[in-house]
Amino acid sequence: MKNLDFLVAGVGGQGTLLASDILAEVGMRSGYDVKKSDVLGLAIRGGSVLSHVRWGEHVDSPVVRKGRVDVMLAFEPLEAMRGVGLMRPGSTIVCNTQPVVPISVSSGEVSYPSRSQIESTLAAAAETVYHLDATSEAVRIGNAKVANVIMLGAFSALLNGEQAIWEDVVLARVPNASVDLNRSAFRTGRSLINGGEGT
Amino acid sequence: MTRALLSGNEAIARGAYEAGVQVATGYPGTPSSEILETIAARYGDCIYAEWSTNEKIAMDVAAGAAYSGRRTLVTTKQVGMNVLSDALLYTVYTGVEAGLVVVTADDPGMFSSQNEQDNRWYARLAKIPLLEPADSQEAKDFVVEAIGLSERFDTPVLIRTTMRTSHSKSIVVEGPRQDVPDQVGPFPRRQEKYVCTAMWAKKRHPVVEQRLVDLAKHAEEIPLNRVEWRDRSIGIITSGITYAYAREVFPEASFLKLGMTFPLPRKTIRAFADGVDRVVVIEELDPFLEEQIRAMGIAAAGKEIFPSCDELLPDTLAELAVGAGLLPFKAGGSHSRPEIPAGLPPRTPVLCAGCPHRSSYYWLSQMKMPVAGDIGCYNLGCLPPFSAQHTMGCMGASIGVLHGMSIAGMPERAVATIGDSTFFHSGMPALVNMVHNRSRGVVLIMDNGTTAMTGHQDHPGTAWSLHEREAPHVEIEEVVRALGVEKVRRVDAFDVHQVKEGLDDCLAFDGPSVLITKGLCAQLSKPKSAAYEVNVAACIACGTCFKLGCPAIVKSDAVVESTKRAKVVIDPAQCVGCDMCRQVCPVGAIRAPGAGSEEADE
Repeated sequence: MKNLDFLVAGVGGQGTLLASDILAEVGMRSGYDVKKSDVLGLAIRGGSVLSHVRWGEHVDSPVVRKGRVDVMLAFEPLEAMRGVGLMRPGSTIVCNTQPVVPISVSSGEVSYPSRSQIESTLAAAAETVYHLDATSEAVRIGNAKVANVIMLGAFSALLNGEQAIWEDVVLARVPNASVDLNRSAFRTGRSLINGGEGT
Repeated sequence: MTRALLSGNEAIARGAYEAGVQVATGYPGTPSSEILETIAARYGDCIYAEWSTNEKIAMDVAAGAAYSGRRTLVTTKQVGMNVLSDALLYTVYTGVEAGLVVVTADDPGMFSSQNEQDNRWYARLAKIPLLEPADSQEAKDFVVEAIGLSERFDTPVLIRTTMRTSHSKSIVVEGPRQDVPDQVGPFPRRQEKYVCTAMWAKKRHPVVEQRLVDLAKHAEEIPLNRVEWRDRSIGIITSGITYAYAREVFPEASFLKLGMTFPLPRKTIRAFADGVDRVVVIEELDPFLEEQIRAMGIAAAGKEIFPSCDELLPDTLAELAVGAGLLPFKAGGSHSRPEIPAGLPPRTPVLCAGCPHRSSYYWLSQMKMPVAGDIGCYNLGCLPPFSAQHTMGCMGASIGVLHGMSIAGMPERAVATIGDSTFFHSGMPALVNMVHNRSRGVVLIMDNGTTAMTGHQDHPGTAWSLHEREAPHVEIEEVVRALGVEKVRRVDAFDVHQVKEGLDDCLAFDGPSVLITKGLCAQLSKPKSAAYEVNVAACIACGTCFKLGCPAIVKSDAVVESTKRAKVVIDPAQCVGCDMCRQVCPVGAIRAPGAGSEEADE
């Protein structure tokens, strides 16, 4: 059983904690020992959120050590950049390309990193990087809110877990009325990776 | 038996369920709040759970329930323990009729607290048993254990978690609930035990001391303290989440893993120390274990390697261990790691779009007077663009500090800012103190109808409670008047000019005055309208609206030609139509959707 360490990065309100819960649950249902750690500060929206998720035969620490993360799931490019210090050589990053602009940028104090800065930073940290426009895909299939499920679908395609477990865990956490939409979002995400758009 | 992935807080709630707990109380505070919320949501049919108005009251309520024969759990964050402790200390002398467990969630790293205090000292101060779980399974099991200890030794028991144990998730094997009686009573009339008057309390003190001796003997036998023999060149003594980190960083070392960290199992510790070449104590924050172990004459290393500040995460532990020669260099991780680019834009917390506190800080920052602040979201008023808060210490401190400024003879007019939940928590006695002692100054109570920062819990001013959909609602204005404040104004927090007029009116009063700004927390209210719009042609880029510090107000690409200053645009994804920016715009360039902009059109 291969140990796997994950990082889920995003902005408060994007569903980052939900995604890391799902990832931990899938690990447990797939037979791993699992631990995860989130940093939650003030219950105020818009802050950085980093979640560590670990699968293994036996896991001690819920916190991943620097240079050990196998796969990062990033819901936002700037937050992906903040996570690169934890990545191991040969790792994989899946990143939504849609920025969430912080107030330090919108107020004109500092500027948001350019697309090329984002791409070169992520490329230097991982062997394979998938830049996915999950937000546009979500709008295309009917609701911008399912972008995080598209990202999870993409992420799931990188792991050897059973698709049935993934779909079970994901769909158990969405409202009944939107199960079909979320299933379609999850499968859209999977196809984005299986289509082979990694760089 | 089912396996579930639970956070430490959810696991403590589960433990309360399995231990037959029937009453749970507390006051919200990160990282402890989810314990009571989980109890209410999942086990509310068999456990009564309430948010009490403050931690001391939560503890008094718990004492009354435990005296009545109900197994009881109390929760607090680490600084709340300071408030709770007065009540804890008498229950140590009285003991209980049924199990009484206090859970303190400490915050090494200060993710959401004003200090980094180590609450393990409270166990030593109070002379009660202390348990420290390392993961969610232990968090659950230790509650069951603690209830057992409490009843067997007739004492309250302290469980101490840290943010990482409270908020990390791991797998828990769930068990059944213990049987507990439905009915209680009659109430025990044991005055010599439950009345802490000196003549009886004096006889209880030796009982407390003997109890500690008995507990220390018991500590030698319980599986909560265990030795893991491996390589004997280093023996690590540790507890709580630090065990999980250290086990990973020192896979080869021998460990004494302490689940019960007060009173200590001295024989077990001595035997472990004798069995290894070098004893190292690893603990976050204070040298709580280390000092006691050294006092036994054991030459243990500890704080000279692993400092008292901040978390001791695995990377930190590894680096420090390599530096101290406890680990070979390669184990510390020497390969190059990707660099995080310097100067990435920070994502600091801000008052939400639509926050009712914004109008108060908009004026306070412009009026430049000293502001004594308090605990809550509104503490963000200390940050730019407001920078309008000059003290902040603990729950309810603002009002006493304001009075202190007044009696010190400070010539400036000053304001205290406090939220509704904090006012009920500990603001009320401070306000009546201002009345009684003829203070001057404005107490600005920002009533957003909830305990917002910790996740929107109830308080006496809300019309619901943790266990009831409808609860009696206490109006702050009536409380303030009943406390004897003569000058009281209540204004709509979303009416920016009304807030200013109220402030001016209260400041002019020679005595203590109260201004209540009422407006529901943005997270609990629906958007008031679709996003507002800016008439770009009319915007003069004066920057007035930026002084509101609203995340929805954004610099646009358009500039005013003469000054090259950026005009403003409103982010439709964030704006909830609170209207404050329209009210402050001096040229009427901001308008509600679909509305004409009168001044600009003239």
